[in-house]
Amino acid sequence: MSDAAIPTAARSAPITMVGPIAWVRNNLFSGWFSGLVSMLLLFLIVKWALGFIEWGVINAVWSVPNNQTQACRDLKGTGACWAVITEKHRFILFGTYPYEEQWRAFISILIFIGLFIVSAMRRFWRKELGLIWIGALTAIGVLMWGGVLGLNYVPQERWGGLVITLILATFGLAFAFPLSILVALGRRSKLPAIKALCVLYVELIRGVPLISLLFMASVMFPLFLPEGMNIDKLLRAQIAIILFAGAYLAEVVRGGLQTLPRGQYEAADALGLSYWAKTGLIILPQALRLVIPPLVNTFIGFFKDTSLVLIIGIFDLLTAGKTAIIEPAWQGFGIEVYLTVGFIYFCFCFAMSRYSQNLEAELNQHRVR
Amino acid sequence: MSQTSIDPRSLRAPPKRPIRLSWSDERVRGIFWQVVVVGIVVSIVWWLWSNTVHNLEVRRIATGFGFLGREAGLPIAESIIDYNPTNSYLRALVVGLLNTLKVAVVGIILATVFGTLIGIARLSKNWVLRTLSATYVEVIRDLPLLLQLLFWYAILQGLPGPRQAIHPAEGVFLSNRGLKLPWIEWEGAHSLALLTFVLGLIATFMYRRQAVAKQIADGVPRRTWPMALVSLVALPLAAWAALGAPFTPDIPALRGFNFQGGLTLSPEYFALLAGLVMYTAGFIAEIVRAGIQAVPNGQREAAQALGLRPGAVLRLVVLPQALRVIVPPMTSQYLNITKNSSLAVAIGYQDIVSIANTTLNQTGQAIEGIAIIMLVYLTISLSISGFMNWYNARIALVER
Repeated sequence: MSDAAIPTAARSAPITMVGPIAWVRNNLFSGWFSGLVSMLLLFLIVKWALGFIEWGVINAVWSVPNNQTQACRDLKGTGACWAVITEKHRFILFGTYPYEEQWRAFISILIFIGLFIVSAMRRFWRKELGLIWIGALTAIGVLMWGGVLGLNYVPQERWGGLVITLILATFGLAFAFPLSILVALGRRSKLPAIKALCVLYVELIRGVPLISLLFMASVMFPLFLPEGMNIDKLLRAQIAIILFAGAYLAEVVRGGLQTLPRGQYEAADALGLSYWAKTGLIILPQALRLVIPPLVNTFIGFFKDTSLVLIIGIFDLLTAGKTAIIEPAWQGFGIEVYLTVGFIYFCFCFAMSRYSQNLEAELNQHRVR
Repeated sequence: MSQTSIDPRSLRAPPKRPIRLSWSDERVRGIFWQVVVVGIVVSIVWWLWSNTVHNLEVRRIATGFGFLGREAGLPIAESIIDYNPTNSYLRALVVGLLNTLKVAVVGIILATVFGTLIGIARLSKNWVLRTLSATYVEVIRDLPLLLQLLFWYAILQGLPGPRQAIHPAEGVFLSNRGLKLPWIEWEGAHSLALLTFVLGLIATFMYRRQAVAKQIADGVPRRTWPMALVSLVALPLAAWAALGAPFTPDIPALRGFNFQGGLTLSPEYFALLAGLVMYTAGFIAEIVRAGIQAVPNGQREAAQALGLRPGAVLRLVVLPQALRVIVPPMTSQYLNITKNSSLAVAIGYQDIVSIANTTLNQTGQAIEGIAIIMLVYLTISLSISGFMNWYNARIALVER
């Protein structure tokens, strides 16, 4: 046999084709225009990042003695005044909840977060989850109101901050979701009167802004009730949010009901199942599974929308942030406060959006070839 | 469900059974449940209605829209039409409606342009551009719009006063009084030129349709650009020149403590517009990206194989297919901009919601005030979705 037949180790590709150099060439400098764009953007990013670090870290004032904000004012906008956060963070997070009792609101927030994490895990997707929810929400109610177990009573008017945002979002979700399923089923019903009612509800709510519903809850709702009967403002806003979210979620659920093949309906009919047995055992488990990713996206939108209660003066996270800078000493430090509040909203929404993407990939595994 | 499709099995109608008055008859149960549900809804509505009527009587609030003719007495900072506080509530509400439309229309146009650019940038081969736009989309969509509006408003309020205004170019000033831009003094000739341009646009569009129809009939391509040039450029210019070609630039300048002349975007309008556009652009970018990705590569390659130029590939093959995916979700984004413009009330821009809210506080006419808000938005929503449904039906896939 000749030398040529001796197998030699495969030659590695030239370094211009694989590895970091090739990556830079393909992704940053694939042409003169692309290279120009890369350089310009990188320059701007570095410049802005340095500017932000200079403003937010190097020149920033982190604390001031006794509300004397002169040190912050002297910066004339060249540095951030994080002292407003140092000073007001308890107010932003807990509103006017009594200072010594704020640990209760804090534990409530932790319970909420724990509840979300547990609900997100597929291992817990069974009937017991309902019990966990009831238990957790009761615990939060006891902690927030107090009056039992040696806790001091705190009236609802004193609640505020992040807890209110979480309450509005969580209870809104817990009630709007079942409502939306009923409405979506009603909209696909063969009974004309029920169908018409559901169409009217969904289209009416989706045609108007949430603000008008909140105004309705705050201004008109007291007129609707018999004399002497009064519902507090938070509950009224909560009802408006439930009605609003219900209409949007109903459309998402309806999408799921429509994509389900007709054979599933017919097979269930052929088995002689009643309407509710068919819906509960065959249709909903499959339809809801199909729409979980868009449902989570709707939840995100709806978590953000709870901030609109600011307009009718309910003390949620954003309102607390806005109120924190009303005091003359702290006026003009809105940017710092809104960045902080925005960061809190971002953490919640980003976690939900990442979760929705992972879940989508996981649920579609059987389709990947 | 089955009324629309013709199923051969349904051609032979099932034998008609007479309705038996028995629980086991599906139709009887259907009627029963409908009566129950409608009865519950009607009685709830009736209960709320009678409470409302009673409460209004007790509080001595007159109902009806008579208050619309009364003097409003509420000052409005910016208005397209002439307005002063001695005008009626009706006129104040019209001003509010025009302000809503002003922000919604401009917002829709800017958000579409901006969002489309970002959506295309997300598909770029350039890593920096791609990552930057992906980050933008992710961050902007995870922050509440109201928070963003307050943030922009806080930034604008933190800007220096007119004397130290940021002055990037001749006639452009950014200060805590808003954005000042150069403009021209608007005269009759400009309106006429604009009108001619719009008519020219319609004429060009119809001419092009005819040309395409003729080309389909006989295969001979026809030029449309000379006609477009005449009706879009030459005629408006002629109309403008015929009235003496007036052109007086109106450049803002600092006089004393404030600016004189120029086009003004108030801080409220600017913050609202910036917030709405940046927020909605994040959503539109995702829609555009999904639309472009939905067109299979084979389509583009097949068009290239036919010898079409890159522009023609995009215009004749890729875009028409991408638009089918893009239009329906885009409609809901346009509706969202319109509805979200109602957040103006939080930063003091006087849109319809803000003015109706002031009106209902001043007059106590809560029900009428909220009814006006809802009616306005329902009308706008139904018009936009009606138009987009028509457009969507036009570009929809024609199946044999």
